[in-house]
Amino acid sequence: MIMLQAQGLQKSFTLHLQGGIAMAVLRNVDITLRAGECVALAGPSGAGKSTLMRCLYGNYGCDGGSIHLRHHGAMVDIAAADARQMREVRRDTLGYVSQFLRVIPRVPSLDIVAEPMRARGVPLEEARARAAALLTRLNMPPSLHGLPPATFSGGEQQRVNLARGFAAAHPVLLIDEPTASLDAANAAVVIALIEEAKAAGQAIIGIFHDLPVRERVADRLLHIEPVCEPA
Amino acid sequence: MSALLQAEGLDLRFGAVRALDGVAISIWPGEVVAIVGESGSGKSSLLRVLAGMQRADAGAVLYRDAAGATHSVLDASDAALRRLMRSDWGFVHQNARDALRMEVSAGGNVGERLMAAGDRHYGHIREVAAHWLERVEMDPARMDESPKNFSGGMQQRLQIARTLVTNPRLVFMDEPTGGLDVSVQARLLDLIRGLVADLGLAVLLVTHDIAAARLLAHRIVVMRHGQVVEEGLTDRVLDDPQHPYTQLLVSSVLAA
Repeated sequence: MIMLQAQGLQKSFTLHLQGGIAMAVLRNVDITLRAGECVALAGPSGAGKSTLMRCLYGNYGCDGGSIHLRHHGAMVDIAAADARQMREVRRDTLGYVSQFLRVIPRVPSLDIVAEPMRARGVPLEEARARAAALLTRLNMPPSLHGLPPATFSGGEQQRVNLARGFAAAHPVLLIDEPTASLDAANAAVVIALIEEAKAAGQAIIGIFHDLPVRERVADRLLHIEPVCEPA
Repeated sequence: MSALLQAEGLDLRFGAVRALDGVAISIWPGEVVAIVGESGSGKSSLLRVLAGMQRADAGAVLYRDAAGATHSVLDASDAALRRLMRSDWGFVHQNARDALRMEVSAGGNVGERLMAAGDRHYGHIREVAAHWLERVEMDPARMDESPKNFSGGMQQRLQIARTLVTNPRLVFMDEPTGGLDVSVQARLLDLIRGLVADLGLAVLLVTHDIAAARLLAHRIVVMRHGQVVEEGLTDRVLDDPQHPYTQLLVSSVLAA
């Protein structure tokens, strides 16, 4: 079952403060993603892999093309969705584990992980229990669950971010560099989480600079080539 | 589902200055919308027009109440607007002193709104007021004190308690953290974030603080020279700004 189909995606940036320079980053990118599979984006640094992820999540707007996503049973073009539709899509269908956690002041890690489940109506105790189980599985001791992640190390923050991304079990999950600042033991947990998500039918698009991790989890590679012509 | 508040074609002139120039905006149930822009961009004028505190020269503002009836805010009588402000809306001013009654106790400031909404049982009013002081992280033991004794941050929390005690559906906020110390601002923003999420409030927030908008708002509306120059999902407007002015605004924020 096709979960996401992007066709002819285009993205360029116009830098008005730099004299209106236009930079083309994506040109005619196509993706087809099915339930239960993991597609890894490959290509040199600067080719636009993270930009593509952000376009798929709606964090960047596309200049052209379509992104049809299976949302509530129907294919919806999220490249043309408005802000309210996009919020609903992100709540129910599309998850994103970014490279860095954007920290909300004073909110304990447990609640940061539980929040996407709470937004979907999961009762507080159940959401917290699942959040605690995931954090513990990612080797975050319970003594840290009640603390805001602002003072955590990069690896600890990334694990909070990963727990948050996997806890909500979105049908389509975007993952940007999930193991970049993790040790081997935690990277192995992430591999297991991805394999379990795939087995449960979740569809995943990922960027993995860690090639052994990519070998393990990716079913296919999608090569993104740098755009050389001007926009 | 439909919009709670929908405005179109709003024009407002102050002499030669076009404070609002063809502005359209809407807000939906449970949505937090931040209106950002520099001083003089028209954002506070827009908030005052939407809340019926200022008449526009042209345009329409429609509010849909809980029963599904539509009210034209620009045509409503003063009495009808007061009724809406008591029952359906709340307004949080930048300066808490504009909203609080300084000669009335903290608890009285909260209870007064309940009484205006029809509650007549003293014991109940006092109980609810104490509950709301706790919700805004104030010590209910201080409910009989005058707000004159309170710090700016505490006065602002008291104003928020006073506003939310009547369970409004739509809250207007005008620079709610302006003029406060940075550490107080952060706590207040976090308090507002928690309350808005728990209560499922719709909030129209005017701010020049981009970080506050990122923290609180689902959607951002960027204003300049009385016009909306860009709007959309908060993270998209801030991370992929399209309009030259939005790019300037975003690039001018100091990273802490």
